[in-house]
Amino acid sequence: MTVDALKRPRRRKPGIRPSKGYRAFQVVNAIILTGVVVVTLYPFINIVARSMSDQTYIISGQVNLLPKGFNLEAYEHVTSDAMFWRNYRNTVFYTVVATGVALILTTTYAYVLSKKHIKGRTFLVSIAVFTMFFNGGLIPNYVLVTSLGLKNSVWAIALPNAISVFNLLVMKAFFESLPLDLEEAAAVDGLNTYGILLRIVLPLSKAIVATMVLFYAVSFWNSWFSAFLYMDRQELFPVTVYLRNLIAGSTGAEMAGAIAEADEAQVDATIKSVTIVLTTLPILTVYPFVQRYFVSGIMLGAVKG
Amino acid sequence: MSTPKILDPPPTTMAEPPLPPVARKVRKGRRSWRRALRRDWQLYSLAILPLLFFVIFRYLPMLGNVIAFRRFRPGGGIFGEYWVGLRYVKMFLGDPTFWNVFTNTLVLGGLTLLVCFPLPIVLALLLNEVRTRYLKRFVQSVSYLPHFLSIVIVAGMLMQMLSVDGVVNQLVSALGGEPTAFLQKPEWFRTIYVSSELWQTVGWGTILYLAALTTIDQDLYEAARIDGANRWRQTWHVTLPGIRPTMVTLLILNIGTFMAVGFEKILLIYNPLTYETADVISTYVYRVGIVSGNLSYAAAIGLFESIIGLTLVLSANFISRRTVGTSLW
Repeated sequence: MTVDALKRPRRRKPGIRPSKGYRAFQVVNAIILTGVVVVTLYPFINIVARSMSDQTYIISGQVNLLPKGFNLEAYEHVTSDAMFWRNYRNTVFYTVVATGVALILTTTYAYVLSKKHIKGRTFLVSIAVFTMFFNGGLIPNYVLVTSLGLKNSVWAIALPNAISVFNLLVMKAFFESLPLDLEEAAAVDGLNTYGILLRIVLPLSKAIVATMVLFYAVSFWNSWFSAFLYMDRQELFPVTVYLRNLIAGSTGAEMAGAIAEADEAQVDATIKSVTIVLTTLPILTVYPFVQRYFVSGIMLGAVKG
Repeated sequence: MSTPKILDPPPTTMAEPPLPPVARKVRKGRRSWRRALRRDWQLYSLAILPLLFFVIFRYLPMLGNVIAFRRFRPGGGIFGEYWVGLRYVKMFLGDPTFWNVFTNTLVLGGLTLLVCFPLPIVLALLLNEVRTRYLKRFVQSVSYLPHFLSIVIVAGMLMQMLSVDGVVNQLVSALGGEPTAFLQKPEWFRTIYVSSELWQTVGWGTILYLAALTTIDQDLYEAARIDGANRWRQTWHVTLPGIRPTMVTLLILNIGTFMAVGFEKILLIYNPLTYETADVISTYVYRVGIVSGNLSYAAAIGLFESIIGLTLVLSANFISRRTVGTSLW
């Protein structure tokens, strides 16, 4: 995704050389951007360092970039917790189911919307777009999901979030850019609409389908609030809620107004760090590989949507 | 408009007898609907499930807001028992906590907009001046990273960093200060919230601007240079106007989410000690509705919030269409 700045011939033009001021700016710019990188990465490095350090060094505030009193006891502790793994598996399961549902609904609707000739298209688009600006709000949604009996099931997570309108518009823009001739040729050869979508359009759309899988999977992997709202039993929680309950202990949020004692909160400092690291790990591992697809997906939506 | 050639051969009888305009319009409309359905029923059938989704999970809750004007009892119908009129609206208008959370929402929303809207533009401009390709890509990749983290993880990291033994306090001690439990202090909440928002969103926010920057016509720079513009003036007169449509679009979208300031993050990092500055409308709605079970009252406040949000988007869109000529629709 690089932005072309490099191709600009500017610097090579005879007679136009970077001025002193501009060179000074380049130096300052490099310093600022280095600062951005440091500030962004620091929290990650610090949390990893804490997760591998000895309690006593953490409590005395000595852990910085490198672990002190290196040990992996906390990792053993967390990974030996059956509930942690159970919740981890739940997260995988919820993500797969919810992403599947979201993908089917988004693809079919985006495909319909991409057909410029169908009647009522503007109406169908408006129905979706309006929900970007107005929604029922927390309470009516809660009442609805509860009274539909979706509590304590994966559907409480998957169904209410099945279509993200932003993703829908990105996908619609992509479908619109496909050559119409192919579909027409397929229709002449006797394929019906379903056949065209499954056998012509989708194979041509691997890039966008992959982008959508990523978008949805990451958002479901990261989500915690619907599970927090609609699941009552600990064995149903995704790992995000497990983590939330672990860290909530330290602020006393929700805990009947209890104010956590500063030193009490420290006892499990490493445990928290380890859980944070383990929950982030999958994202951090795939991130370098998938990041550019996200970016191109966003840009696609920006340029065409 | 593309014509559906194969699926719909043009009717052979083109010469229709002229009809009176009104009657003709009605008949034509109805007939073409029937024709459209016959021709495209397979396409329409694909839209059924998604439409059901929108009706049930998006529009039904909008109607569900009537419980703001009705008495609701858990276990009863989802639309409540009987009408109570504006009772709950009056209740929250006279509720001092409501006005406190309202102010907090405005302050946090305003600060976030003020900080998190312009800084991605600045970062994008700075990145655009980097001539080394891989360096630029590296900085970009790193700056997007926080966007992919769960809000729970961000909250967890915040707590670790701001705890008494955390890095921030290490720095404070190194500078000779007294360690502070930042998350327990109402006066620190706004700073913490806004800077963590910035950390999480600034890199991601540059994507669209960088995309917009590539579309600027290079000849404009050429022309500006011939006119004697230096780098700064080129940025001011060519680059910024070039990305103006993107800026306006994103500003409108940002204004739209103004009222719904970081509900999930605040819910995770606030606590009774910091309610004074941290409690916003949506977290109050959560506590009143879900925690205390006063669903009708909470729905009334939530509805108020959504309506303000909608009004803000509509007016921002209207103003920008009138003044800058760019709008969302």
